[in-house]
Amino acid sequence: MELDKIEEKDLKMGKANQDVFSETLQALAETDRNIIAVTSDSRGSGKLVPFGEKYPNQIVEVGIAEQNLVGVAAGLASAGKKTFAVSPACFLSARALEQIKNDVCYSDNPVTLVGISSGVSYGALGTTHHSLHDYAVLRAINNIIIVAPADNFETEQAVRLAAKTNKPVYMRYGKKAMPFLKEDNKTFEFGKGRVVREGNDITIIATGETVYPAWLAAKKLEDEHDMKATVVSMHTIKPLDIKLLEELASNGRPIITVEEHMVNGGLGEACASHLFQKGFKNPFKIVGIPDEYTVTGSQVEIFNHYGISKDGLFKTCKELLDI
Amino acid sequence: MKFSHKLKKMTNKELKLKSVFLRKNLLKYIYKAKAGHTGGSLSCVDTLNVLYNRVLNVDPNNFKNPHRDRYIQSKGHCVEALFVTLADRGFFPESDLETLCQYQSHYIGHPTKKVNGVEQNTGALGHGLPICVGEAIAAKLDDKSHRVYTLLGDGELPEGSNWEAFLSASHYKLDNLYAILDNNKQQITGYNKDVMNTDSVRQKLEAFGWAVKEVDGHNLEELEEALNSGPLETGKPSFIIAHTIKGKGISYMEGVTKWHHGVPSPEQYELALSELREAEALI
Repeated sequence: MELDKIEEKDLKMGKANQDVFSETLQALAETDRNIIAVTSDSRGSGKLVPFGEKYPNQIVEVGIAEQNLVGVAAGLASAGKKTFAVSPACFLSARALEQIKNDVCYSDNPVTLVGISSGVSYGALGTTHHSLHDYAVLRAINNIIIVAPADNFETEQAVRLAAKTNKPVYMRYGKKAMPFLKEDNKTFEFGKGRVVREGNDITIIATGETVYPAWLAAKKLEDEHDMKATVVSMHTIKPLDIKLLEELASNGRPIITVEEHMVNGGLGEACASHLFQKGFKNPFKIVGIPDEYTVTGSQVEIFNHYGISKDGLFKTCKELLDI
Repeated sequence: MKFSHKLKKMTNKELKLKSVFLRKNLLKYIYKAKAGHTGGSLSCVDTLNVLYNRVLNVDPNNFKNPHRDRYIQSKGHCVEALFVTLADRGFFPESDLETLCQYQSHYIGHPTKKVNGVEQNTGALGHGLPICVGEAIAAKLDDKSHRVYTLLGDGELPEGSNWEAFLSASHYKLDNLYAILDNNKQQITGYNKDVMNTDSVRQKLEAFGWAVKEVDGHNLEELEEALNSGPLETGKPSFIIAHTIKGKGISYMEGVTKWHHGVPSPEQYELALSELREAEALI
């Protein structure tokens, strides 16, 4: 499996979500001078060079200083600017965590924190550059929406919605091109999961760039075993779409969650916690990065190693379905 | 639309009396709450008096006016000095402070926006200045003429985020930004010079591209002149080092580290009040 190579003729290949972010922010800035991007020497990796050239008065550079990045962004937001603070997810969500907690969330300054090259997108650059903790740490902070868009549709919608939402938002995405996962795109709301494939035999709840391999695994399951999986892009990790979650669990079928995040404290544990407390007893498997030194490799190699892949998820489906 | 708050200007004598009044009040509420940052509140309360009664263009009845001057207290633990000053300016009834640090009160041990007049929730150190840089950049982008002030404690200077913000403030030539250092020379463990030496802060800040002025932080005229005469230098952020005494105004607290967050006993409280009454009589 290659994340940026289309494997399925039914899907249309799109761009990298980071390019969609940049284009959408430019489109918003064209009519709204209050849109401000704040960068930490990250305009290149954040694909914001064209934005900076077109709107030099709407980009604030702070240099490699993530704490200041978030503090300054909070000040700009407090002054009425629709502020997008863009920095690699690994640094943004760890080094500036206290600024996120206090200056953005606790002080309720509506900054959109954009974690670029998230998860293991940086691949062989290693653990310093991976963000496998961001869902967990931010889930433990009050007053923040956590979003991991899967495809270009979700990314564009998430950026537009973040600009309108008067609340702190953390958004993260990677660098690889993503296919459009569904044609009949309807409304997009934070906190409402998006069903991208329907079936009654098993449910796969994935988020961010793991939705694509989940979709491929479901297709393989159908092609090879005539069994159908529901695949959900749970793009909003917080607040979690508990209504959809309960609907999905109500048939008693197995549930697999998939995330580009450590299994501790992420999407899977959030789903499991809710369902268990509500009395659901579905067979349940959390697929993510285990609590160990992450294997060395590219994003796809790491995905394959930990079963976040078409074949890996297909195998997990078979195990849970006992086929 | 710009605005200017209508504040009856006090005479210099009245302003001095106000400082004594604010000292009495902050001690009163710390004594009642049995908690507070006494030494630091006493060292910075003259600065707050000058800010709120001579400098800041803020309207207690329309606090959110976008043209208001911003004041963000980075040394949030000295909230008692801020609360009594805000109450005195009419941002909320002073009686609210009876609930200081009590269950479900908004008046807690650090500033929160739930209190009218507070710009940001602060308390973790090293956070005020970066937010002020954002506010000051926004004002420049919007061609607004309001000013942005923050009060830093000398004990919080080692926080790296301050130095990130020092860099960016001069990079963006934020001459609408004023950082005041409450230089009381002590922190919870003892003297700054022993805990982490921040001596030659003037040279450090000048090297970071700031315009620096040193004043006696208990001399109200000097404070006003430094804070209300425009930027110290056009094109540079202003850094005002207010040389202060921790515990200022109460003889047995002055320069004594344990009063960082010490609460007076009934006898000590009465002694403090009698000293402040004597000071009042001499004005």
